[in-house]
Amino acid sequence: MDLLLEPMFRVPFLTGLMLAALVPVVGVLARLRDEWLAALGFAHLAGAGGALGSALALPVLPAALGLAMLGVAARALWRRQGNDLYALMILAGWATMMLVAAVSRHASTLGQMLVDGQLYFVRGPHLVAAAILLVVSVPLMPLLMRLLLRLTLLPHQDQANGVPVQSSLLLFNALLATSVALSAVTLGVMTAFALLYLPAWVAFGLARSWRATWLLAAGLGVVAYLIAFVLALLVDLPFGPVMVATLCVLGCARFTPGR
Amino acid sequence: MTEHLLLQVTDLQAGYQRPLVGPLSFTLPAGQVLVLQGANGAGKSTVMRALTGEARCFAGRIERPASVRLACQPQHSPLPAELPMTVREYLRLAQAQPHRLGGLPDRLASLQGHRLDHLSGGQWQLLRVFATLCQPAPLILLDEPTNNLDPDGEALLVALLKGLEPDRGVLLVCHEADFVGHVAHQLVEVG
Repeated sequence: MDLLLEPMFRVPFLTGLMLAALVPVVGVLARLRDEWLAALGFAHLAGAGGALGSALALPVLPAALGLAMLGVAARALWRRQGNDLYALMILAGWATMMLVAAVSRHASTLGQMLVDGQLYFVRGPHLVAAAILLVVSVPLMPLLMRLLLRLTLLPHQDQANGVPVQSSLLLFNALLATSVALSAVTLGVMTAFALLYLPAWVAFGLARSWRATWLLAAGLGVVAYLIAFVLALLVDLPFGPVMVATLCVLGCARFTPGR
Repeated sequence: MTEHLLLQVTDLQAGYQRPLVGPLSFTLPAGQVLVLQGANGAGKSTVMRALTGEARCFAGRIERPASVRLACQPQHSPLPAELPMTVREYLRLAQAQPHRLGGLPDRLASLQGHRLDHLSGGQWQLLRVFATLCQPAPLILLDEPTNNLDPDGEALLVALLKGLEPDRGVLLVCHEADFVGHVAHQLVEVG
């Protein structure tokens, strides 16, 4: 148990905790837009960016975020709702990551870390990036929620009244890509996907109201994270698979009888 | 365009890749319900979509005073298969002000705590038409508002339309002659 109190684990713990609270709420909005595959799309682009950065001796985090932002630009040009573009991102990102890893030892090591989700090696820049993301997202989230809900339930009305809908959608995609990319390089690619997808999936099935939905999703993300952080450290397992397994177990709540 | 007019459409030709409807002209003053009529495929919904910017305006003019906001109920607005939002939250999201129409009808009041995805097709239709009507917008567009409504729902809709404030106007697409006969002040043939 002393391990948990080690100063060296404080930065990873805080970084992951912020993402565990934020990403599931972003996932609720991605599910509302029926674009939950975005998590894997942006995560794979981030992975490819990280691998390229590693191979070219560039800083990994900015390289990963940069390629994810290219995905946002592609999304803005695509202009159609749905998951087709994200499928292309997954495949292109995966192929790039694997090919770069095949020719660069640094990239290969990084790729393995992205698969394992080695949270415990996270350092100060990740913490700062997560804190900035959280500070920016908290005031933005109610506005984006309202806009995306109105787009879904009151279609075309805001555009007809001159509301700048397209720029708000671009902002949402930038927030989505940044959250996922940062989660991918911090928690691992599949962990980022699980954190965006599973809590929102459970909350959509169980919650009785919209407010309860995003609160439940954030709560599930944080609880799963706390369990996985302690478990992975105590049993000495890679964090990513432990976190995904924990989320899967908590996800069984979706099948609660009598709901 | 006088202040009394909410909408003036002049020689409008609208469509998507090419014009599908028009030229068409009409004016909607405050206090009136104008019904667009025509056969299936005549382009009534395309005119509505041109007003919201979804369809393209190839020729003619659509004039709406900048201060006149619109509220619209498109013909097709299926609920997502799963959406954990209550009727109460939906009304708040739509900025609905039920007191403008004499309060929330009993058949909607009893559903306020229900999730939207647990409503029937008729309940959802009635809710979204009601929410459209009681938004703080002078110009209201309703495309086939009687779809899925039972006779009681239709009667309620007639009463709501007749009870609208005199500074508001409604542009309506509807095939049901009885309903149109009860609410229309103007009829405009499309196609």
